Amino acid sequence: MKIIACIKRVIDYNVRVQINREGNGVVTDGVKMSMNPFDEIAIEEGLRLKEKGIADELIVVSIGGSDSQQQLRTALAMGADRAILIENTDDLVPLGAAKLLLKVIEKEQPGLVILGKQAIDDDRNQTGQMLAALWNRPQATFASEIVVEGDTATVTREVDAGMETIEIDLPAVITTDLRLNEPRFVKMPDIMKAKKKPLDVIAADSLGADSAPAVGTSDYSPPPTRESGVIVESVDDLVNALKARGLV
Amino acid sequence: MIERDVMEYDLVVVGAGPAGLATAIRYKQLNPEDSVCILEKASEIGAQILSGAVMEPKLLDTLLPEWRDNKPAICVEARKDRFAYLTKNKSIRLPTPPQQKNHGNFIVSLGSLCHWMGTKAEELEIDVFPGFSAADALFNEQNEVIGVRCGDMGVAKDGTEGPGYAPGVDIHAKFTVLSEGCRGSISKQLIKKYALDAGKSPQTYGLGFKELWQLPAGRTTAGNIQHTIGWPLDSATYGGSYMYQLDQDRLSIGFVTGLDYADPDFSPFEAFQQFKHHPQIKALLDGGEILSSGARTIIEGGLQSLPKQDMPGALLVGDSAGTINVVKIKGIHMAMGSGVLAAEHLSETKTTEGYDAKWRASNLNTELHKIRNIRPGFTKGLWRGLITAAIETVTFGKLPRTLENHSDHDSLNKLDGYQSPDYKWVDRDLPPRDRLASVYFASNEHDEDQPIHLKVTDTDLCVTKCTEEYGNPCTRFCPAGVYEIVEEEGNKRLQINSANCVHCKACDIKDPYQQINWVTPEGGSGPNYQNL
Repeated sequence: MKIIACIKRVIDYNVRVQINREGNGVVTDGVKMSMNPFDEIAIEEGLRLKEKGIADELIVVSIGGSDSQQQLRTALAMGADRAILIENTDDLVPLGAAKLLLKVIEKEQPGLVILGKQAIDDDRNQTGQMLAALWNRPQATFASEIVVEGDTATVTREVDAGMETIEIDLPAVITTDLRLNEPRFVKMPDIMKAKKKPLDVIAADSLGADSAPAVGTSDYSPPPTRESGVIVESVDDLVNALKARGLV
Repeated sequence: MIERDVMEYDLVVVGAGPAGLATAIRYKQLNPEDSVCILEKASEIGAQILSGAVMEPKLLDTLLPEWRDNKPAICVEARKDRFAYLTKNKSIRLPTPPQQKNHGNFIVSLGSLCHWMGTKAEELEIDVFPGFSAADALFNEQNEVIGVRCGDMGVAKDGTEGPGYAPGVDIHAKFTVLSEGCRGSISKQLIKKYALDAGKSPQTYGLGFKELWQLPAGRTTAGNIQHTIGWPLDSATYGGSYMYQLDQDRLSIGFVTGLDYADPDFSPFEAFQQFKHHPQIKALLDGGEILSSGARTIIEGGLQSLPKQDMPGALLVGDSAGTINVVKIKGIHMAMGSGVLAAEHLSETKTTEGYDAKWRASNLNTELHKIRNIRPGFTKGLWRGLITAAIETVTFGKLPRTLENHSDHDSLNKLDGYQSPDYKWVDRDLPPRDRLASVYFASNEHDEDQPIHLKVTDTDLCVTKCTEEYGNPCTRFCPAGVYEIVEEEGNKRLQINSANCVHCKACDIKDPYQQINWVTPEGGSGPNYQNL
């Protein structure tokens, strides 16, 4: 079986994100970028399935500018076999991303597609679901355990009410939650090997998918700063203070 | 016995700062067929680099002449210099010392410059490994350095192998170049092992802070430079501020204190925050916001403390040895100059031997010789220091004398009967409120489940002798609040919040008992500075 893991280059989770001076985006100049952590979990899961002998090839796919190759190389150093970059620098929303990914999936015919449940930059949590719908295959989102047997996968999902275990037919789309696994450290000799692994770059507009966004972002603003509080002496003072502000 | 992968290189460089990158780049330019790698403990090249910084561009012009057409993220031509003496309320302009005139220089973020140089190194097919720390040097039976061992990944807090454990690789190389910056952990071991500092004056250091601010529009003029001395320090304490106005209403502001300060109650962090509340400075900062902040020690001993820079199989370059020109307040050109010289020496002679002699016959040595007596002059206080500086400047350092340095760990007064000077400090309201709020702007990250990388030999001594004699100065000199004395059920103990550590090395230097040893944490851990 062939597995495709999809990854996104995002602003690193340690970075304090700042809105740019024009208010139409966030500052990315001189800012550390890295692989979306949920996608790292997706790759790790793909590697584990490969190590168990369930999969024989792990392909990693990303959509973005040419600098996304850096994250694809990291994925190759983790152990993925080859990488595909759908080169695109235009605005993209999850539906557009799903349409582009579908083109690659139709060509590669994987038995399983794994993605992070969401990217930490926009937290949209949509691409996996939309991809499954467009592909017309089953989906299991928020996975915290995946067991593949033959043509089915038993997936434990983290849902609001607790854990839910479902069985889906393959091929399918699975999105990863935080507790699925802990991604491995990249080893130095593997970084060297990764430099020689195949990385194909495909221009997004050559895929014939209509990925233009139907929605746009008009502006960005930081959340309002919290006003400083007051320390009150007693419960009575608290009640009075709340009353004075018309809150009770 | 742990099985480790071994990787072979012609040259391994430890630390991707200006010295290390210059060494690797120059070496590869001269020897395109040789294999070169650079190890960097930060998660990204430049993420743990902190400097003012005003740079003399000469060296970069020779090394990577294309830099002027394709400048790194922060790079502003220097304009006006202002040098001032501060009192609590006034700023009195002094003549700018000739060494500090900056015409033709550039204000840069050394972090973003190193990041840019890192991409250039990769274009030359140098293997650049961010996120990998060099933990130890490796030796052969003849006691020559044969490379370095990378730190293990995934070791649990108690020292056992965690679930993702990955043993560090051994890198074997014909030449090992240590460019770890001030107080490098391997450099420290090697200086001791090979007695490279024999016959030299003790090393002396400073602790520098830096914040990058985004200010309301129109307050600054890109390229303006100010340095101050005086308040908030008393005249016995060496130090001062720097302020570099960048483009896009950004400002680099910082403060350096000599780690030879004597007051056991002194807090370098507080001195920096106080400085920001000087009326002239506060008016500038009010209403702005901090983008990034951090701290790093500076090696200030100069020529008389400079260790021998070569040993069998390895070299010390840049501030691993201590080549900064403290009087110019510039180390980048010296670091790059040392790196270029080291690369040329290795290419020509195919041995590390003789590098130190070559360095001392070079113009790098001449530059440090001229100013050798200025920093030690300040051990007698600010005013006598300024007089010494003036004399040494007008005589071009030709007087036949060399003043000695003294070590920083034994410069503290004991609490017994000691009265701290009145620094005339003020209430403050500019961010950050305290050191923890400041660490937040360093975007620091250490995996909590890793061994503490600050090795304290005898923690009993901390709560007995040290509390009594000095009142635990580590709780004050650490810029990140790593050290805390906590009381539990009537018992005091030292708590080390190692996850806050910004890798400045001040504790390793200033601890009066010299029992703190800073070792490299797991690769990729530590601050993630943006444009510092």
